[in-house]
Amino acid sequence: MGTTTKVDVDVTVNGQRRTVAVEPRTLLVHMLRDDLGLTGTHVGCDTGNCGACTVHLDGESCKSCTVLAVQAQDSEVVTIEGLGSEGDLHPLQEAFWAKHGLQCGYCTPGMIMAAADLLARNANPTEEEIRTGLEGNLCRCTGYHNIVAAVQEAASQGVSA
Amino acid sequence: MSLVEQSHAAGGHVGKPLRRKEDPRLITGRATYVDDITLPGMLHAVVVRSPEAHARIVSIDTSAAEARDDVVAVFTGADMTDLASPLPCAWAPEGVEVKQVEHWPLARDAVKHVGDPVAVVVCEDRGAAFDAAEDVFVEYEPLPAVTDARAALADGSPLVHESLGTNQSHEWSLGGGDLEAGFAAADVIIERTVENHRISGAPIEPRGLVADYRAGHLTIHTSTQVPHFVRLFLGLMLGMSEERVRVIAPEVGGGFGAKLQMTGEEALFSWVSRKLQRPVKWIETRSEHMAVCHHGRAQTADIRMGATNDGRITAFHVKITQDLGAYLMLLTPTIPSLGAFVMNGVYDMPAVQTDIVGAYTNTCATDAIRGAGRPEATHMIEVCMDQLAAELGMDRLELRRKNFIPKENFPAETAVGIVYDSGDYAGALDKLLEHVDVAEVEASKAALREQGILRGIGFSTYTEICGLAPSRITGPAGFGLQAGLWESAIVRVTVTGAVTVYTGTSPHGQGHETTMAQVVADQLGVDPENVEIIHGDTGTGAMGLGTYGSRSTAVGTESISRAAEKVAKKVREIVAHTLEASAEDIVVQDGKFVVKGSPDKGMALAEVAGMAHVRPELLPEGMEPALEETSFYDPQNFVFPFGAHACIVDVEEETGKVRVVRHIAVDDCGPAINPMLIDGQVHGGIAHAIGQALYEQVAYDEDGQLVTGTFVDYALPTAAELPSFETDRTETPSPVNTLGVKGVGEAGTIAATPAVLNAVVDALRPVGVTYLQMPLFPERIWRAMNDAKGGAA
Repeated sequence: MGTTTKVDVDVTVNGQRRTVAVEPRTLLVHMLRDDLGLTGTHVGCDTGNCGACTVHLDGESCKSCTVLAVQAQDSEVVTIEGLGSEGDLHPLQEAFWAKHGLQCGYCTPGMIMAAADLLARNANPTEEEIRTGLEGNLCRCTGYHNIVAAVQEAASQGVSA
Repeated sequence: MSLVEQSHAAGGHVGKPLRRKEDPRLITGRATYVDDITLPGMLHAVVVRSPEAHARIVSIDTSAAEARDDVVAVFTGADMTDLASPLPCAWAPEGVEVKQVEHWPLARDAVKHVGDPVAVVVCEDRGAAFDAAEDVFVEYEPLPAVTDARAALADGSPLVHESLGTNQSHEWSLGGGDLEAGFAAADVIIERTVENHRISGAPIEPRGLVADYRAGHLTIHTSTQVPHFVRLFLGLMLGMSEERVRVIAPEVGGGFGAKLQMTGEEALFSWVSRKLQRPVKWIETRSEHMAVCHHGRAQTADIRMGATNDGRITAFHVKITQDLGAYLMLLTPTIPSLGAFVMNGVYDMPAVQTDIVGAYTNTCATDAIRGAGRPEATHMIEVCMDQLAAELGMDRLELRRKNFIPKENFPAETAVGIVYDSGDYAGALDKLLEHVDVAEVEASKAALREQGILRGIGFSTYTEICGLAPSRITGPAGFGLQAGLWESAIVRVTVTGAVTVYTGTSPHGQGHETTMAQVVADQLGVDPENVEIIHGDTGTGAMGLGTYGSRSTAVGTESISRAAEKVAKKVREIVAHTLEASAEDIVVQDGKFVVKGSPDKGMALAEVAGMAHVRPELLPEGMEPALEETSFYDPQNFVFPFGAHACIVDVEEETGKVRVVRHIAVDDCGPAINPMLIDGQVHGGIAHAIGQALYEQVAYDEDGQLVTGTFVDYALPTAAELPSFETDRTETPSPVNTLGVKGVGEAGTIAATPAVLNAVVDALRPVGVTYLQMPLFPERIWRAMNDAKGGAA
């Protein structure tokens, strides 16, 4: 707002081509939340530690608070809303539900997006690989026990993408 | 028959690990947390906070900020002088003087800790508000600061509040039995100082709110555990009649006590919205959360424990210095007292006394964080039990067993006059030992030592006091709170037989929408899918007291169950009247109200509801139409969950780094309404406790600067630091409520820290370390090992 000149960002979000005018300093997470109304992506810290803002940028897991919106020019972004929806849940969403892999739910979208990336790289991770693979995402509720169980469950169903 | 067995026999839902009704919106990103709310015309605010730990405010220059485009208003403490009352502290025990100052949402003349709010900038745009806050220039005259509670009580300490003439807020004691005689009868007395260091609740969603004052009414959406408290205090502070204040807790991203508060920001931004006649959003940054959202623990205790040579505890005396921080928030001075009520733990102690001194420091206020006084007490007791066992040369578990209150003694009155409801402590420990082969752990130590690994095992057997409530004890004559802590519920059956339940509790991840629905579904013969639990909105339902102190099942669900039973009674009368049977013979079986012994003869709730709403002339003579009942429930006693935990750790001899290899928990919270959710609560609690024991500490330097202000330096455990946990249960019903249930939200946090610490000490005994304090950072352990070797660092 104000005197700052806005710039257009052309980006595909959840399969839809969008052009969004943003301040150059706008972070990707704020563009997703404030300009596109995709509030499933959360902000839990200001240092890139918590991972609540994790999305997929050109097919890879990315903390969207560490990327400027303008850096997403011509990229493809997938958020939790694009991963699956009620009635058409992604197997990881199903597994988090079945295994009680969430409590307050605030870290959950980021955790699921990070887990999806993990399984895309390694379809059959060991428990240790899951734990180190998710260490960029903080959860205060679950102690991670059931998150690990959910990822194992999804992996056993053959989820790799 | 237990609740679970009854449910099973009747084809019900209690006791099943049902997946949660809450989850579809959460796993798809469709939930509405407070930062997801946008109202028309909404403004954004940023708080300007003190960088000084203690200073006089010389001047505040807001002109540069006000001159900026987008800035709607800038306010300082000097503008905000029309509040009807300051921020509340609810603790006022009879006969205890609590020295305190008026605490306002914006500092007026001086700042007392880093992060104290001095001004607020309100803008059309969030980014602009952050920019404008940089243009508020505050001149401070720094004053000497004190950050250590015991130093604050020493002569000559800088005073946090000059007007009080002291840093001591109060003294409070609770004891029972003859302490002097107890120590005189002891063959062995151990003395230890036990530290429960300062931690942060750190929910992943920081606090935040949207305040919307319009046409004489205030609606505030706030990330809170206690919407009804917030409504009460906002009305009082703003001088508004309470019916014009509505508080809504939207989806709340974790609480852990951090959101059990009447915060300055809730009052501040309600005031700003009224002033500007616009909705205002404020979302706390993580850095703000670490600096200004109340912390927990911060207790140092000097402890004496006396015992006979054969291991009978004769006396236990605990002297706690509670670091209060700079202000008394809602429950600040209450917290150590909560622990004092269970200071004998699971043991039959003839004499026990807790003496508490509260000390102001130039730090963020402390208050309830998950467990609130009970983790501290359990840590003190269980660490001392291991220390005593070592002193006596006795097995740690044998010492515990020798002093357990035996199960036949329940209900058991303790030395301080509290009555434990039910327990089987030996049973829980026996169950634990089915999962842990202690001899095998001992046998593994030698080979690991060869590889530079010191293995240890530690235990904790605990009880806690929860289900807050009973107002006769939580009130001024007991705990010292100014408010009763009962709970309310409304159960409404709609025309078509769907069920809506309004609860005064306010969950933030616990899964009440599922567990409460399971209970009601059984009572009314419907599917939990058709029971909707409405919570967290003072505009619906009756007054309630919120979610904390593991109260939502033992008090909240019991209240719901009582309202549901009133509905069920009416349904039974209607069914009996319609089928020409006796109401006493009507039971719920497989989703129907049927005549006992004639399962074909019955009515579904939907049929009865239709009749009660649409054909009330068919109801028994004089009966009111519709199906809706209310309950207000104030229990006669607390509930006392208990259990036994074991922790196995490996310590790297070269670095002092600790790895938790296994953590095994047996918890007893009475009948398990949903065992999957109970396990989840235990997992999270253990992780919180391991975090405290090994990784987390809120630290200030000597000048009062916060040195753990972000997640970079305040280390929440990640998945990579923790093992999978092993959980099991025993189920001992409570006689306090009709469901027999206790609570489990805090159990893991209360039980686990001493198991971790005792395991680390067990690991280090071979190298000569016999005692340590949390936090068990590698450096501290390395230094202890080095000192024990007599080596130079």
